[in-house]
Amino acid sequence: MQFFRPSSLREALEIRAAHPEAMPIAGGTDLMVEVNFGRRRPGGFLDVSRLPELREIRREGRTVRLGAGVPYARIIRELPGQVALTQAARTVGSPQIRTRGTVGGNLGTGSPAGDALPVLAAYDARVVLASATGTRTLPWHDFLLGPKRTALAPDELIVATEWEAADGPGSFSKVGTRNAMVIAIAGLSLQLDGAARRVRVALGSVGPTILRAPEAEAFGAGVLDEAGAWSDPRARVPEDAMARFGELVAEAARPIDDVRGTAAYRRHACRVLARRALAWALDDRRAAAMEAAS
Amino acid sequence: MPVTDRIAEAGKGAIVGVSAPRVDGTPKVLGEFAYGSDLWVEGMLHGATVRSPHPSARVRHVDVSGALAMPGVRHAMTAADLPAGRRYGLDYADQPVLAEDVVRYAGEPVAIVAADSAEEARAAAAAVRVDYEVLPAVTDMEAALRPDAPPVSERGNVLRHVRIEHGDPEAEADVWVEGYYEVGMQDQAPLGPEAGLAIPAADGGVDLYVSTQWLHSDQKQIAPCVGLPESKVRLHLAGVGGAFGAREDVHMHIHACLLALATGRPVKMTYGREESFFGHVHRHPARIWVRTGARRDGMLVNCRVRLLLDGGAYTSSSPAVVLNASTFAPGPYEVPNALIEGTCVYTNNPPAGAMRGFGAVQVCVAHEAQMDRLAAALDMDPVELRLKNVLHTGSVLPTGQVIHGSAPAREVLERCVALPMPSDLPAAFRDRVTLPGGAGNVGRGEHVRRGVGYALGYKNIAYSEGYDDSSEARVRLERGPHGVVATVHSAAVEVGQGLQTVLAQIVRTELGVDEVVQMGADTEVGSAGSTSASRQTVMAGGAVAAACSRVREHLFARAAARSHAGATLAGPLRLADGRVFAGDVAIGVVADLLDPPLEATEVYRHRPTARLDGRGQGDPHVMFAFGAMRAVVEVDLDLGLVRVVQLGGVQDVGKALNPRGVEGQIEGGAAQGLGLALLEEIQLRDGKIANASFTDYLLPTILDMPPVVSAIVEEPEPGSPYGAKGVGEGATIVATAAVAAALRDATGRELSRVPVTPDDLVGISGPRTSAGPAPIPDVPGPRPVYEYR
Repeated sequence: MQFFRPSSLREALEIRAAHPEAMPIAGGTDLMVEVNFGRRRPGGFLDVSRLPELREIRREGRTVRLGAGVPYARIIRELPGQVALTQAARTVGSPQIRTRGTVGGNLGTGSPAGDALPVLAAYDARVVLASATGTRTLPWHDFLLGPKRTALAPDELIVATEWEAADGPGSFSKVGTRNAMVIAIAGLSLQLDGAARRVRVALGSVGPTILRAPEAEAFGAGVLDEAGAWSDPRARVPEDAMARFGELVAEAARPIDDVRGTAAYRRHACRVLARRALAWALDDRRAAAMEAAS
Repeated sequence: MPVTDRIAEAGKGAIVGVSAPRVDGTPKVLGEFAYGSDLWVEGMLHGATVRSPHPSARVRHVDVSGALAMPGVRHAMTAADLPAGRRYGLDYADQPVLAEDVVRYAGEPVAIVAADSAEEARAAAAAVRVDYEVLPAVTDMEAALRPDAPPVSERGNVLRHVRIEHGDPEAEADVWVEGYYEVGMQDQAPLGPEAGLAIPAADGGVDLYVSTQWLHSDQKQIAPCVGLPESKVRLHLAGVGGAFGAREDVHMHIHACLLALATGRPVKMTYGREESFFGHVHRHPARIWVRTGARRDGMLVNCRVRLLLDGGAYTSSSPAVVLNASTFAPGPYEVPNALIEGTCVYTNNPPAGAMRGFGAVQVCVAHEAQMDRLAAALDMDPVELRLKNVLHTGSVLPTGQVIHGSAPAREVLERCVALPMPSDLPAAFRDRVTLPGGAGNVGRGEHVRRGVGYALGYKNIAYSEGYDDSSEARVRLERGPHGVVATVHSAAVEVGQGLQTVLAQIVRTELGVDEVVQMGADTEVGSAGSTSASRQTVMAGGAVAAACSRVREHLFARAAARSHAGATLAGPLRLADGRVFAGDVAIGVVADLLDPPLEATEVYRHRPTARLDGRGQGDPHVMFAFGAMRAVVEVDLDLGLVRVVQLGGVQDVGKALNPRGVEGQIEGGAAQGLGLALLEEIQLRDGKIANASFTDYLLPTILDMPPVVSAIVEEPEPGSPYGAKGVGEGATIVATAAVAAALRDATGRELSRVPVTPDDLVGISGPRTSAGPAPIPDVPGPRPVYEYR
């Protein structure tokens, strides 16, 4: 088995083109489990953990660009303003896993249980891919195709993910039966965007891939509109509308029964989390407005 | 004197009753302790096991030729290649070394291979071709009792049936409460997987270094299967990374010895985490039907229990587990009339056997739920109801056994109620990781409700039912380069519970020496019995104390003989400050009296017990230890997620030899019980384990395990060394039931099954129901189906 350890992106892409059998590896927190269990035996490894291009966090205007090789521990330290993403980063594994694991790995694995993925979906993020012949940028939903299936070509590497920072609060919540170090049985990320007057909700672990809840989003935006909450954060949204929002999010889930949880509970959890997440977002917006006013 | 006052500055000199630091603590914390999986010797081969993927199948043909042709592969064996005995087992040799004509559970070993590297061995195991004819499998314990069920064992599907009749089982009561309870299959999940190294010896024998709980029992099972006398199968303890009952049964022992003897090379076998789930027995899943009758004033009148345990494919220690479950089924309460019928069945599920609590855990879930239910029916405080009925010295148990020893159950429960409660700062004002759901950020304190639950339980210490339970130890006292040294040789196994520390304390106490050396546990000294049943502090401790006492006698005799021969001694002899005194007169210096060194070997036995008779009457248990637990939980009522806020444990230990060690056992036992209440279950799908990994078999993390407050009750057990009882199981027995009770208090739901799931807590799944108790198998009276031990 060959092990490549390039020191620049250009070198890595050349190796990738010449040795498509070499599996890209960054933190290895997912891949090495598969290898150690004997479920996967790649023809080689391409270590991307030392590529400076993948370890950058850049902000240009409202655009946030997160290098694919930035570990979760750095996200927590360096992107405190991206609240939903840092909350998701905190739910990943243990401190050791967060020191090694990366969002690029979450994308590359493409599991519907990847903790960062619902956040990227709620951010309407894009995935930046590079090969020796060029670069392309795909919306998240064109990259994540199905359970552990992605649009990554055999000669490509995931370089970064980028999104426009939203004007409003957001959150990520993960339900598991254990209070830490658990694979999500349901995950939900909600992002309010005041400028665009949009509510975006994405779900993890309740379908074959990450799901958005478009009906719930439209309903949520409409309810905030009716209540006048977009222009006046102090305006209250009626309880029954909050409940309906939860229902619509739950209806967007496509869960199954497995050893981690039942489909019925997963749908139920989506309902509860959606309602709570919307309430928190409205509370946080109200609190921010009151703080600004005082 | 309260235990806390005795927590002295413990160091090398810690004696019995003083909190002593663990002798193995520092190397374990520093990662320097060598576990079984760290074993290595030059030129060793690596073994791997081929296991059946089917719970029930005929083995038509096993073809190892492909495996043997692979690089690095040195040997392969199937049942056809076995040199001698073909079956082994703890009490009853029914488990094939390698499957013969049929396999009876998914995971049963079918072939073994040895190769130059572990990787080559695993690849070779995967290349062994087995032709199976899949047969119908019995994967449900009630289905096993149906007349048309295929027989799993050659002796049918009833592994053992126990019937205990007490008083008038038809006695009427003012109030009856009825319940049905289920307990899932828990795994011991020791962090150190099964591991050992077999080295062929020049005399034709074999030396096996292995992580186990009982070297001599292993030796007895291995020898006939490798065709050697026991004297040529020498066992040596390798570092044990937790046991909890999982290492009572033989795992890789025979396989590694067979491969080593066949190849003439050392062979190491280490299971990975996934294989470990298939490589040891598990806790018995249980179904329990109970009717409890009481007078209007709360006094228990009658208890009728029908319980069923799934023993899986082979016998293991099931006969003793179902005996325990049956004898403890009514809980630690006086009940004048009872009918208890316990059955353990064979199924094609993975074998069940010993696990911490050993039958008492399952019935505690049921009897404590019944007490709470009865309290509600009588509109009485649940603690008061328990105190009204609690056992005490002199109580008569349903077996007719009278408790002659200590039984401070009342004090244990009263102390538990008095433990400090945790802070009740509202959820909204706390760090969110302390809320139900923990690190998942699922709430800001919405709909979080607190609940409190109590459980009281008890269990036997050491082996029961007339078993000749013994422990040998050798102690040698000699002059070392830096003073007097006591050397202890015992085959008792340290599994991480702290035995070696306690044995050193005993030697210091008895011989007044500072320096205590402990030889590695091996079969060069007589059996110490199993590190099981909370027994080693009493048994190995008793043996070491007895050997020390004998050495001291020799020392005194020598001192008396050498000092003023023939003169009258000024008083009884005693040891102090490295000298022998007669009264107040020093008659010799210990260091000067040790040429030649003094040595003694002693065997300790507890008082004999007796089997049950035709009506389940007898004197089966040696002594009893009581435990109580209070659980305070918070439940997110919308999500069904839980945070256990505090566990408060009180344990009756007779005498705490190492109080800090007792506290450690209470905390660890509480964690394991919490795991069964909320998380830990081997999920079977048609007899196959669906979650054989720590990703999906969830153990409690530090965010799941709350602070533990504890208290120790010391009421000496008459006739036991220092008055001690065992401490290893008490907290595990009661923690599960206490957490379940607290969850019922928080949610108002029935919660009749553990582990409790989020679905149960939000009402997606209702309480488990049963069409009625399982039928009583047609076996003659309460006698074991076969002779137990």
